[in-house]
Amino acid sequence: MSATPKLKVATAWLDGCSGCHMSLLDMDQRLIELSERIDIVYSPLVDAKVLPERVDVGILEGSISNADDLALARRFRAHCRVLVSLGDCAVNGNVPAMRNHFPLEQVLARAYRENVTLQPQLPERGVPALRQRVVPIHGEVTVDVFVPGCPPSAEAIWQVLVALLEGRDPDPSAFTRFGA
Amino acid sequence: MHLDDLAEQAATIRARDAETEHEIRVCMAASCQSSGSGQVLDALRAGVEPQTQSCRVKGVGCMGLCSAGPLVAVAAPGDTLNASRLYRDVAPTDAPAILDNLGNPEPIERLHCPTDQPFFTAQHRIVLEHSGRIDPDSLDDAIAVGGYSALVRALTELTPAEVLREVTSSGLRGRGGGGYPTGLKWSTVAKMPGGQKYVVCNADEGDPGAFMDRAVLESDPHRVIEGMAIAGYAVGASKGYVYVRAEYPLAVERLTNAIRKAKRAGFLGSQIADTQFGFEIELRLGAGAFVCGEETALMASIQGLRGQPRPRPPYPAEAGLWGCPTLINNVETFANIAPIVREGGDWFAALGTEGSKGTKVFALAGTIVNTGLIEVPMGTRLAHIIEVIGGGIPGGGRVKAVQTGGPSGGCIPRAHLDTPVDYDSLKGLGTIMGSGGMIVMDERSSMVDVARYFMEFCMTESCGKCVPCRTGTQQMHALLERIAAAEAGRAELALLEELCEVVQATSLCGLGQTAPNPVLSTLRYFRDEYESRLVD
Amino acid sequence: MPGPASQPKVRVVTFRVDDQDLSAREDETLIEVCREHRIPIPSLCYLEGLSAWGGCRLCMVEIVGQPRLAAACSTRVVEGMEVHTDTERLRRYRRTLVELLFAERAHVCSVCVSNGHCELQTLAQRCGVDHMRMPRRAVSYPVDSSHEMFRVDHDRCILCTRCVRVCDEIEGAHTWDVMGRGSDCRVITDMAQPWAESETCTSCGKCVQVCPTGALVKQGTSVGEMVKDQHFLPILARRRHPR
Repeated sequence: MSATPKLKVATAWLDGCSGCHMSLLDMDQRLIELSERIDIVYSPLVDAKVLPERVDVGILEGSISNADDLALARRFRAHCRVLVSLGDCAVNGNVPAMRNHFPLEQVLARAYRENVTLQPQLPERGVPALRQRVVPIHGEVTVDVFVPGCPPSAEAIWQVLVALLEGRDPDPSAFTRFGA
Repeated sequence: MHLDDLAEQAATIRARDAETEHEIRVCMAASCQSSGSGQVLDALRAGVEPQTQSCRVKGVGCMGLCSAGPLVAVAAPGDTLNASRLYRDVAPTDAPAILDNLGNPEPIERLHCPTDQPFFTAQHRIVLEHSGRIDPDSLDDAIAVGGYSALVRALTELTPAEVLREVTSSGLRGRGGGGYPTGLKWSTVAKMPGGQKYVVCNADEGDPGAFMDRAVLESDPHRVIEGMAIAGYAVGASKGYVYVRAEYPLAVERLTNAIRKAKRAGFLGSQIADTQFGFEIELRLGAGAFVCGEETALMASIQGLRGQPRPRPPYPAEAGLWGCPTLINNVETFANIAPIVREGGDWFAALGTEGSKGTKVFALAGTIVNTGLIEVPMGTRLAHIIEVIGGGIPGGGRVKAVQTGGPSGGCIPRAHLDTPVDYDSLKGLGTIMGSGGMIVMDERSSMVDVARYFMEFCMTESCGKCVPCRTGTQQMHALLERIAAAEAGRAELALLEELCEVVQATSLCGLGQTAPNPVLSTLRYFRDEYESRLVD
Repeated sequence: MPGPASQPKVRVVTFRVDDQDLSAREDETLIEVCREHRIPIPSLCYLEGLSAWGGCRLCMVEIVGQPRLAAACSTRVVEGMEVHTDTERLRRYRRTLVELLFAERAHVCSVCVSNGHCELQTLAQRCGVDHMRMPRRAVSYPVDSSHEMFRVDHDRCILCTRCVRVCDEIEGAHTWDVMGRGSDCRVITDMAQPWAESETCTSCGKCVQVCPTGALVKQGTSVGEMVKDQHFLPILARRRHPR
């Protein structure tokens, strides 16, 4: 392979189902090729627990639903040269944002009181506070590339990464769409 | 009936009226009524009975200076408004004083409102020439000042083509906002093959702060009826509709009454003035949707359909009500017709400017000393209207901007107040003449708030048919809310401008196409007010 | 309505669309001609066989010499006219309009029975809409599942009124209509009663077939299972209005 330095890639999932990360893994043998050209420096898929100071491409799955999501999205924006919203939850809120039709109090009561048989109570310690409204990533931080799909196909993710590797503007609409 | 008969009838009425020494005119238009002119009228009438002197108390239409209402004018029969002795802010308890003072050469000082001030003398009244002088519920009053003489003259002495020629040569342009040449519109309908045709009067006045049409209908309904009948004769229509909003109950009442009386007197119905021409007018009440002022939505509503616009062409002149050729004009346009037929198109064309002939009625509102209704020749400078006729800002403040054209218009900044008011000059400034609302704002007004207010109006009044207007106004309003609350950044302002462009270019009807105007015009002249609120 | 017995004379005109010379009868609209010649003009409210509505504004085109854009669905062809259907400006407007539609109601494709068979979804991809710049309007509308065969989900409705028109113009029932104003407009059955209680509905299902999104669907379908068939419409329309 060429001597060009490998692209540093970080990924994280916020309020999502991890399906987009599964789709990333779905690239099968292309993962080998990819591993020769990128370094995954931070991700639920690897052991590294510290987001490096400078990252080339940050990939976020899921929407921003709680305080931790927001903090992580902001850190990604601060550390990553290119920020990618991966999947419908990140791009438009998708299923997590369906709770926006109801007031937060009603959502919490439904989940932790009405549908609970043993010790109904609202969680207070050790969990991040839910925000009033679920927003897509670009509802809080600037996003450079949007890859819709639920989940986007491995092919779509591959094409986006290849474009970024080659310094081109990715065109996700050529490979994926909302709900794909 | 011949013109001579009508003139004789008018002379008889005038002679009868002249037997009365004094005429006390109480403004009974909506705004004076809302400040209690009804009680003033009652008190004056009650006070007159025991008096020996000859005096007639009557309710009349709008005298213009609404901010000083209730207005009462004491005049000799036949006097114009400016020749009368005007009293302002009259309370029912002032009635005895006014009656006692009737023969006195000196007016009652504490109530007196001089009519030699610019608000009255600087106006040129054509549409409103009889407004505030005649009792709108009295056909005799209308006839006495020449009402229906233009109709009878047109029917008995002019061919439809000659009427069209007068209207065309007058250079009159539609007063509803668009400024389309009235003569051209009439000729188009007239040229359509015969059969059923309709004349529609658009009285669905809906711009916030505009009340010109209401005042005309409340003050001189016969003039509008006469204009419509002349139009019917010119274009070959036998049926007319007045589409008036139900929120104007007084206008509806007086119009209904006027139509009934005109019909009984033979100015409507079949064989008008013993000719073959027949014309009927029906009222249709709008339920308050702003979009029904748009002509295709208005026609749908008259037909009993959902009031929403449809693509043009076909234009109403070709396929309007029930698919028939239809002439739609605004109240003020029709109100200009009788004088044009009476005095001739050239007389009208001598007034105003090159591209905008005649006069225009404006509703002055906002932060200004004299709020009310005025009529000035086209081409009058804005500064003249605001500073001289309007009396400027209360307390001597500075004008910041003038909003014209309602939700479809824009704001003219102080620097451009020297502009003559005509269709083309206003367009050049990014606003429109509109139907005649003129809202004056002083230095304290926030232009972002003005834009937000009008956007909210358009959002709630969008009929929902086309996507850009329905959803675009709603997103633009949300963006304006965020900018006003200092929560938005540069990207959001850019998005707002992008939405303005898309909504303007792609909306189906005038409501959507012009909805961005208040934003665009305030951005054009007051961009710093937007930018100072951005957070980034 | 049947056409008149004697055919009136209709002229044929020639004009240019995207630098392609075309001819058509002068009573045809631009979108009809473009569809015939496979010139793609997007639209969500136009459907061959139904009257033109002019609501979605996606079919706006540029006509040389005209200051304003024209909706291809409601513009007749004119001799010598020169039309551009795919300029950068039009593409930008279309993207924005599609974004606006997505932001108006809860169009969550991933859990929609029409996923993969939805005209709005397809159009978003074709127009290159990969996200919405404006926030989604957080208003929820009800689902009417009362009808034994069909269901209406207003959260997925784009108010194109194809259902209203097909029911009125083709089926002749006029069960559907629109109520309300602005973004709160809703298609309704009869006088806004539950669908099952409609006395005019013939349960023909034409409204479901012409609906471009997952707003009108068959009961019992799951995500991605609702495939629609609109072929009946031009056939019926042509039989009724022979040209």
